[in-house]
Formats: sequence, C-alpha cells, structure tokens
Amino acid sequence: MFLSLTRDEKALVQRQLGRKVTPLEWSIIDAEWSEHCSYKSSKSLLKELPTKGARVLLGPGFDAGVLDVGDGYVVTIHVESHNHPSAIDPYGGAATGVGGVLRDILSIGSRPIALLDPLRFGDVTKSGHSRWLMKNVIRGIAEYGNCVGIPTVGGEIEFDSSFESNCLVDVACVGLGQADTLVYSQNGRPGDQLMLVGGSTGRDGIRGATFASRNLTGNEKDRAAVQVPDPFTEKLIIEATLEAKEAGALRAMKDLGGGGLACAVPEAVSSGNCGADIDLSLVHVRESDLIAEEVMASESQERMLYVVDPKRTRHVEQILQRYGLPYSTIGHVIKQKVIKVRKSEKLLANLPVDLVVQAPLLQRRSLKPKSRRVQLDPPRSPTNMGEIVLQLLASPSIASKSWVYGQYDHEVGVRTILKPGAADASVLRLPNGKFLALTCDGNSKHCSISPGLGAEGSLAEACRNLACVGALPIGMVDHLQFGDPGDHEVFWSFQQTVRGLSRYCRAIDLPCVGGKVSFYNEDSDTKIAIKPSPVVVVVGLIDNKAPKLFGFGLKEVGDALIIVGSTAPELGGSEYYEQIHGFSGGKVPKVDLRNERKRIENIVKIYREPGIKSVHDCSKGGLIVTLAEMCIEGGLGASVEAEQIPAKTRQIDELLFSESHGRFILEVNRKMVKKIMKSLEDQGLPVACIGQVDDGSHLRLKYGGKTLVDLSVPEMKQRWAEAIPRLMGDIV
Amino acid sequence: MTVAVVRFPGSNCDLDTLYVLKRVLNTDVQLVWHQERSLESYEAAILPGGFSYGDYLRAGAIATQSPIMKGIRDMARKGKPVLGICNGFQILVEAGLLPGALLRNSSLRFMCQWTMLRVESTASVITRRLEVGRVLRMPIAHNEGRYFLPENQIEELDRRGQILLRYVNNQGLCNDESNPNGSCSSIAAICDRTGNIIGMMPHPERASEKILSPFHSDDGLLIFRSLLSQIQGGMTL
Repeated sequence: MFLSLTRDEKALVQRQLGRKVTPLEWSIIDAEWSEHCSYKSSKSLLKELPTKGARVLLGPGFDAGVLDVGDGYVVTIHVESHNHPSAIDPYGGAATGVGGVLRDILSIGSRPIALLDPLRFGDVTKSGHSRWLMKNVIRGIAEYGNCVGIPTVGGEIEFDSSFESNCLVDVACVGLGQADTLVYSQNGRPGDQLMLVGGSTGRDGIRGATFASRNLTGNEKDRAAVQVPDPFTEKLIIEATLEAKEAGALRAMKDLGGGGLACAVPEAVSSGNCGADIDLSLVHVRESDLIAEEVMASESQERMLYVVDPKRTRHVEQILQRYGLPYSTIGHVIKQKVIKVRKSEKLLANLPVDLVVQAPLLQRRSLKPKSRRVQLDPPRSPTNMGEIVLQLLASPSIASKSWVYGQYDHEVGVRTILKPGAADASVLRLPNGKFLALTCDGNSKHCSISPGLGAEGSLAEACRNLACVGALPIGMVDHLQFGDPGDHEVFWSFQQTVRGLSRYCRAIDLPCVGGKVSFYNEDSDTKIAIKPSPVVVVVGLIDNKAPKLFGFGLKEVGDALIIVGSTAPELGGSEYYEQIHGFSGGKVPKVDLRNERKRIENIVKIYREPGIKSVHDCSKGGLIVTLAEMCIEGGLGASVEAEQIPAKTRQIDELLFSESHGRFILEVNRKMVKKIMKSLEDQGLPVACIGQVDDGSHLRLKYGGKTLVDLSVPEMKQRWAEAIPRLMGDIV
Repeated sequence: MTVAVVRFPGSNCDLDTLYVLKRVLNTDVQLVWHQERSLESYEAAILPGGFSYGDYLRAGAIATQSPIMKGIRDMARKGKPVLGICNGFQILVEAGLLPGALLRNSSLRFMCQWTMLRVESTASVITRRLEVGRVLRMPIAHNEGRYFLPENQIEELDRRGQILLRYVNNQGLCNDESNPNGSCSSIAAICDRTGNIIGMMPHPERASEKILSPFHSDDGLLIFRSLLSQIQGGMTL
C-alpha cells in the first residue's frame, strides 16, 4: 500500500501503539496526517493571525468561522480549494469543490446563501490548455451552484503562466444562521448514533486528501482521485439537514470531504472527548467489492455524518426518507477515546483518537531567496498612452468578467442587492434589515516579488472594496496557496505571507475566522512552484437599515471627481509592467498601515453622505483604469488633470499605472465638494479634485498642458467587454 | 383563497416565490410537497424555478412523473390558474400541458441577466391586467430556455393570443440581439388555449421589489397581482 507518511511518522505511530499497525489503521492515519487535513507544516505559523474580535463567535479550526451580525443572526464563512482535482478534471474538480464548501457551511447548522470563486489560470491569450481549463472550471462551478440554488455573487480571476498546469480553483461560501441553533461538533455524547447520509460510497476520490498533499504528476491515474459531482443530491442534503437541525435532532455533524470517513469519524467525536465504534459492513456502497481501506478513504461526494440523539433517530429517518436520501446507521459514539472500525464482527482498527487527530507538526525551514536580479533600467515611459490604456482594458485580468458571472445564477435567494460587476463588492440583504458585503482578492504578481507586501496589499484591496459599498470589514478567511513546503524558499514566502496578513489584520483590527492552506502547487512539467497566491475573502457589514446603495458607474454630468490617497512610484508587479512591458520586478506597492484603519472608516462614513454618487478603489491597472471603469459602467465621459493628483512622483506612467494602495476615486455633487474635501483633509488624508464628469462620452486626461489620453467611452467599453468572449471563441 | 407553491426535489426558487407572495403581497400561500396527489383546496398553483430532479434526463422531464402532477392536471381541467416559472415552464411543456419545447440556449451556456419583455397579449391570467406593448423588466436564469415550436404553429399561437411576453431591446423591439437565448419568435412566455396555464422563463419573484432591481422596478408584481386578482375575482376567461 502506498503511504505518504514519512519514515519518522511511521516510527512514531508504531512506537505509540506498541504493536503491529493494521493496514486499515495505516490508511486512517495516512489520511488524517496528510498536509491537507493536519496542517502539519503551517499550523505553528498560522497561530500568528489574530482571531479574536467582538463579532467572532467561532474562529479558525472548525468547519466555518462564525460572525455575529446582530439580532440573533450569524454569518458563517469558509473557503476551500480544489486545485489538484481541477487541474486533472476541471469540470468535476471545480464542481465538487463547490459541493465541499457548501457542506462545511451546512455542518455548523447554517444555510449557505452565497458563493464566491477566486480563480487563477495560465496565460489564456497564449495557452489553449488554460482556456480549456477556464471554460470547464467555470462550467463546473456554474452547473453545481446553479443547481443547488446558491447564488454565486462574486469572485476574481488572475492570469499568469505560473498557473499553466496547476490552476487554482478556490471557492468560498457564506452562510446564514441563528446563534442559538448552530450545531457545534463538541456536542456528541456516548450512545449517540452515527448516521452516514447521502450519496453511496464508491471508489471515486479514493485518497484525495493525500493526492492533494503531493505534487501533481500528470499521471492519468490521478483522474480516479477526482470525485463525481451530484448537485441534486447535495440540494436534498441541504434541505434535509436543515430540517433535521430545526427539529433539534442533530447533536453534531460533519461533512465528508478530504479523507472521507477516515477523517470525518474522528473529527466528529474528538472535540466532544469521545470515541466511535463503527461497522463498515453497514455503509451503503456503490460497489459491493470495496475493501475496508477503500470504504474508509473514499471521498465520494454529497455525504454527511450525523451524530444523532438515539431518541430522535426515527424522526431523522423520516425526514431522510421524505427527501429520498439514502442513509445508513454505521455505529455510535463511545465514551472511550478510541476509534474502533469493524467489518461485521472483525475488528480492523482500534486507534486512540488523540493519535489520529494530532499529527506531529513539522518544523519547516525557510530561506530568503537570493535577491532576484533587479532590472536597473525599468521600462521607459511610452508616448502612446491611449493605446496602452486600451490594451490594459482588454487584458484578461482587467477585462469585463461578465462572460463568467453571466453563467452563474447570482440572483437566486432574492438577497443580491448589488450584483457582480456593478460595484467593488457584492451586497446581500440580511433578514435583520442590515446588509452584508462580500469580496475576495489576491495578487500573485505582487506576491511573487514581495510575498509580505503582496499579502498586506491583497487584504487592503479587499477591505477597500468593502468600503466602496459603505461596509466595514468584520472578518476574513484566507486561502494560502504555495508550492512544495519542503522547498525552503517556498516556505519562506509562506512565512512572509502569514506575517503580512497578520500585520494588516492587526492594523485595522480585522479577525481571521478561518482559512485553508494548499501546498504542492507546481507546474507538472517544469516543476516550478506557482507564484505565491494568498487569496482573502472578507465580509463587511452595513450596519444601517436603509442605506442608499450604489455601484461605481458615473452618474451625472458636471459632478466633480475627487481622489483620496497618494500615488507613489510603485509599478512593481503592476499590470502595466507585466502586460505592456512583459517585465516582472520593481517596487511593489506598500500599504500605509498606520493610517489604513482611519482611511477605511472615513470612506465608509463618506459613502453615506448626501452628494456622493459613486466610489471606486484604485487597484489593478492603476488610476487610469479605475477612471475608465467608472466611465464604462456609467456610460459617461470624464476629463482629468493629472497635475492635480497627489503623488510622490511626476512621471506620467507612474501617475497613471502605479497600483499604490489606499486610493479611492469619488464622484461628488459639485455643491458638496468643499465639505467632503474638508472632512477628509481634517483626517489628514491626501485628497484632491482631479476633474469632472463630462457628457462628451470621452475619457480625457491632460498633463503638462498636453492631452495624453483621449478615448471614446464606447470604444473602451467594446475592448473591455469583448476581450474574454473573444478569447473563449464566442466572438470571432 | 390559497395559492400552492409546489416543491419538487431540486426546486430552488420555491422559497423565493413563497416569500414574495407572503411577505410582499400578503397572500395566503403554502408550500406543497410533490408527493401530494391533490391540490383541491387551492385556488392556483405555481411551479417554481430550480432544477427538479437535478434536470437529469431533460429539464423538467422527471418531475412530470411526480404524484402532484395529477393535482396539477385536475386544476388545469377545472380552469384554475397554473403558473410555471422557469423550471416550472419546462415541467408544463414536458407534461404536455403547454405546447412546444424548451431547448438548450443558443449560446450553449447558462445565462443569468436582466431582460426586457414586451406584453404581447392580455388573454391570460398573468397579463389580463396589463396592456399590450407595455415593457417589463425581469431577470432570466436558465440553461434550457430556447422556446421552440414549428413555424406554422407559432403563427397559430400568435393568432390565438397565446404568446404573452417577448424579449425586446431598449426601444421595445424584437431582434436577434434582444433575444438572449435564441427562442423562436423571441418568445419568453406563453399560455394554453384557456389562458389559465402559463409558462414563463423570466423570474417575476426576482423582480418584485425595487431594491432587487438594477432599474428600481418591481414589474414582477404586475404578474402576480394579475394572477391574484383573477382568483380573488373568481372569474375565468
């Protein structure tokens, strides 16, 4: 049998048990001690992230983080990825990734209400393989999410050749519940029945957790480690589980994800300080000839493990029968802290729970990479600014993603108020009259040059997105995706990333309530690791029962355009360097952590002021792209004087394309300009009026008395809107 | 005067429809599980959107075998309104209660977007309170929404006033660009010969509150109000 355990780990198991270890026991430990399940390389560093906050009811280490949104309601949040399965089978891998994260949200007793999908692919302008991956990943997400009826309300996509064979497919889910009816896993008691509910157990996805914990081989046999999606069964599980929960019949529950039963059974009972006794011959299976190791390790989808009060099993069975869901009672909770696995009468495994769930942590070495050769002559400033802006608008990372979110049902649930594409963050209404804003971000280009600054910056951008819809950030989950942690330089970038995220969280008092780590992401041919890709998902709350909510499209001719924040010569990792000059290097934008909290809070406050018509943050592509997006979305023109931009540079390409953090463009009613500017100046924030909204349907930018940019809005819109459909072959 | 919202396994707009009827329109409404056989105590039935039976086999096909379809057919026979929205429309077509077929969108992709719809006929319980030519805004969200019927039958459908809504552009005109899914004759909603059985692809329940609409419209309410006024008035067309 192939085991991914190291020699030391095997010796430790043998020493602790003091007897011969059975094959089934090996496979249980192998699954639970995999990187995917045990976080053995990352756990000690992740402790640096702040996890406490006034709204945090449950932090990292559980199926989902729980945030209090008032009036007895909670929002739950979790993020997962399905990178390796999606690289092999993009449709099935992405779809089952959605299924998995939905069940995490369900496991805690909350109803999933929204999905977000941060995605990373290779260079789709050059690679047919990456286009194939992208097309099918998106179809997989869409068909699964649409069918279960959970709206996909947001996401983001980056393109970089480091993701050519190892695409990153992340999915975050947000749930809604009530604080007093959540289901916590420590509630199981001896005598409780263990019910396995949902899809039958088969050979699909055998050993998926260990598959995810090593490098991709490009081996066709890996395809068997990808599971088969069945969103219909998932939908039934969601409804039946919530009904059983409402009836108060579920003491605890656990979804079956990575590691299958081998992980779900110990995890369902360990936090309640109990054990379990299960009989594999009772499991409802798809194939009759499965051996015990296969039943335990199968990652067949759409399965839940219920811990049921023995007096209520009849009631739960009735609910499951009504939904036509298969189930089997496979054992019960025992007082002794051991996991006993039988097949009929034969005892095949008898392992202490603590041994199973407490994998020994690894101390990984980190090594700062030797400073990369920095190009001394950064690209010279070009003269054809207008053409460059058009090229940036048509570059896949910046171009309209409506081809993508148009395939996602983002309206089901009748909660989606600000929809994808209309604003920097999506906004959902909550039953208590408040509003929830959701966004996700990542920037692997910044992170590859400076993992620490890139991580801070990704969080900063997400928080700015929330501020742009008037929401204060209340909690985040992170997904940290790297190459092989045994590579000291890779591990160094991981360490820098965690520290960067921690610094930002502390600066604005933002708790991390959960997350996920995915290592071993590297190109199967070149063996080069992906660019460091921390992705953050941040939720914000609009604590105001009747807010005006608006997107970033320009609204009215004659309004003033105000910029908040200062522009610095920070073109490192910018779309301008990467897309236009093919240059990777330079100085990465740095967040002004000292003033960040004040900045976010002030934008949230300003958003509510009368006279504010739109707010948009500056990010990928820089200030000029921000302005172009506002023009395109609003169908209006603008004229801007670049001299007015508060900046630490006077070089035009740095002014226009630098991706400096902490900047926002506001559209403000003329009459309110003075008041708004004064209130921001009083806070010590750099602010300037840089232009106005025009009816000429042109975006014009002047610098030094010359018009450097003069682009028609319809032309910009066409280039921006058609880029992705053209790449995907829908426009020829 | 109770409206039934029928819940098939895999329905996912059931709660949204229930919410709008109950909370926005203050109507007496109930979810009815598909294993019921009778809808006798209800005055109207709505088959909501979603993916009944996961759309396995063909969208709407397996749901036609559910026990509740007997109740639906009884209702239809008695002239009580039956409204199928999205997947509900697909089920009514599969059940033979409405003519035609709903094929895969011409884009071969799921489409979720807001559309403009022109009222073509008032000969149905959902349009009887509207005027012909009025343009409504409602979103669509479907993979199989391309309405198909042989051309000669389309003409007949049109002549009988059974074409209720067509997709149009900003100017209220039909053309290829305004037709999101490639439907024959830009059809978005139809009814049977009595005007009591209606199928529509757009989602009125997603367009019944101004806050949900990018255009601050609530045109979906016009559809529901028209239906409710019918059963409140106790009239049949």
